[in-house]
Amino acid sequence: MMQEVKASMAGSVWKIAVNEGEKVEEGQDIVILESMKMEIPIPAETSGTIKELKVSEGDFVNEEEVIAVIE
Amino acid sequence: MIEKILIANRGEIAARIIRTCRRLGVKTTAIYSEADKDAPFVQMADEQFLLGPPRVNESYMNIDKILSIAKESGADAIHPGYGFLSENAQFAAVCKQEGFIFIGPTSEVIHRMGDKIEARKIMKQAGVPIVPGTNETVSEKEAVEIADEIGYPVMLKAAAGGGGIGMQVVHSKEELQSAFENNSKRALTFFGNGSMFLEKNIEHARHVEIQLLADEHGNIIHLFERECSIQRRNQKVIEEAPCSFISEKTRRKMGKAAVQAAKTLGYTNAGTIEFLVDHEENFYFLEMNTRIQVEHPVTEEITEIDIVEAQIRIAKGEKLRIQQDDIKMQGHAIEARIYAEDPITFFPSPGLITKFQVPEGNHIRNETAVKSNYQVTPFYDPMIAKLIIKADTREEAVSLLTEALHQYKVEGIKTNIPMLKKIVTNKVFQMGSTTTSFIDEYYLSRD
Repeated sequence: MMQEVKASMAGSVWKIAVNEGEKVEEGQDIVILESMKMEIPIPAETSGTIKELKVSEGDFVNEEEVIAVIE
Repeated sequence: MIEKILIANRGEIAARIIRTCRRLGVKTTAIYSEADKDAPFVQMADEQFLLGPPRVNESYMNIDKILSIAKESGADAIHPGYGFLSENAQFAAVCKQEGFIFIGPTSEVIHRMGDKIEARKIMKQAGVPIVPGTNETVSEKEAVEIADEIGYPVMLKAAAGGGGIGMQVVHSKEELQSAFENNSKRALTFFGNGSMFLEKNIEHARHVEIQLLADEHGNIIHLFERECSIQRRNQKVIEEAPCSFISEKTRRKMGKAAVQAAKTLGYTNAGTIEFLVDHEENFYFLEMNTRIQVEHPVTEEITEIDIVEAQIRIAKGEKLRIQQDDIKMQGHAIEARIYAEDPITFFPSPGLITKFQVPEGNHIRNETAVKSNYQVTPFYDPMIAKLIIKADTREEAVSLLTEALHQYKVEGIKTNIPMLKKIVTNKVFQMGSTTTSFIDEYYLSRD
């Protein structure tokens, strides 16, 4: 089963907390976005393996944009 | 002479500065990023220059670009507003080197107050009480030793910090150890300096600050205090003047201490000294803000002094026209900050404002950065407006504020207005018993 991790709001990618191929638990932070001078962690909604990271640090993402794919 | 001012800022404060400049017959130059091309402040100025892309390093923090625009526009002075480059000592120095009047204190003073440890030393020297804590930056090991001595809870702070970043109250050794590394890292990312220091955490404290005006001829006055205890994420939400908690005696003592501090420092222009006041009215130096503050309107409302005008006159080299005894407080003023954010999680809520309608009235002052059909971008601070109420008494001001908040309309994005409504109808707030933990104790805990 694939699950997409989406940005909950527009902002820039401040930190990427995981690597591709890494196993993650539900609730673990995947990336930290920066929006309006605040850092917002985006957690995984399911456990699994990071299949793909679609963003790099410094990228700008819009709300609902896919950040990563978990398998 | 100051005939044209470049405003190195954006949003409501840029609009606020332009208003006073117009009244004084001073021309204005607005600078704006691509994200702000439709922002109301841009068209208010006499002329407009595009800075570049939205990111602050390429726009409002880009010193080279700002100075090249200043030269091109023929401005003779630069007003930094608050945030961005306003407390950047290098910016103040470069403005002066390039022949512009920087509307603020000298680069040297900004530098000394920007280093929180240096600031503590200077205040101690000036005889201003400081919170018990370390006189130097500390390692994690030293922090643990000192915390044992002064007793938990302690406040861990970044030496170069500001805006609540790199700052945390810790209650135990374990918490201190994990918080030290995290906050030091964050401070390094945000301020380029990960040095930390410790202060005793003053519990049930109020945040009370003194507004100062100092000319370049050695005259220093204060414009009384502002009470700013209502904060979320260490940032102010509601501010008022005067503070209903302190006695006349404490008010005089705090004013005197602030003036003495400015004298010791050789301070010029407008500035604010922030204090923590405990339940016994002991006050301790917190930090100095070497610029105009977001909440300056409440002071303007009770003293009838235009602080931006005073800044410009001081920068021109004029002497203060008023003495301490001439300044009288009249009535009560409250400011509520309107943030584009979720009222419960405080997470940012950028997006399209479909309708923006502010309440109007004799007792209402609006400072706004947005309008209807306006896109709030995620690049800058979430504050979109300020609502200021002036009345004869605090009780009346709170009641008028409550009414005004009910009339305030922002549609399309989430705002903190529901939170503001809850605060102003809270009994503890209405009694004036506000401390910096008010939101944790009376707002968040209820939901």
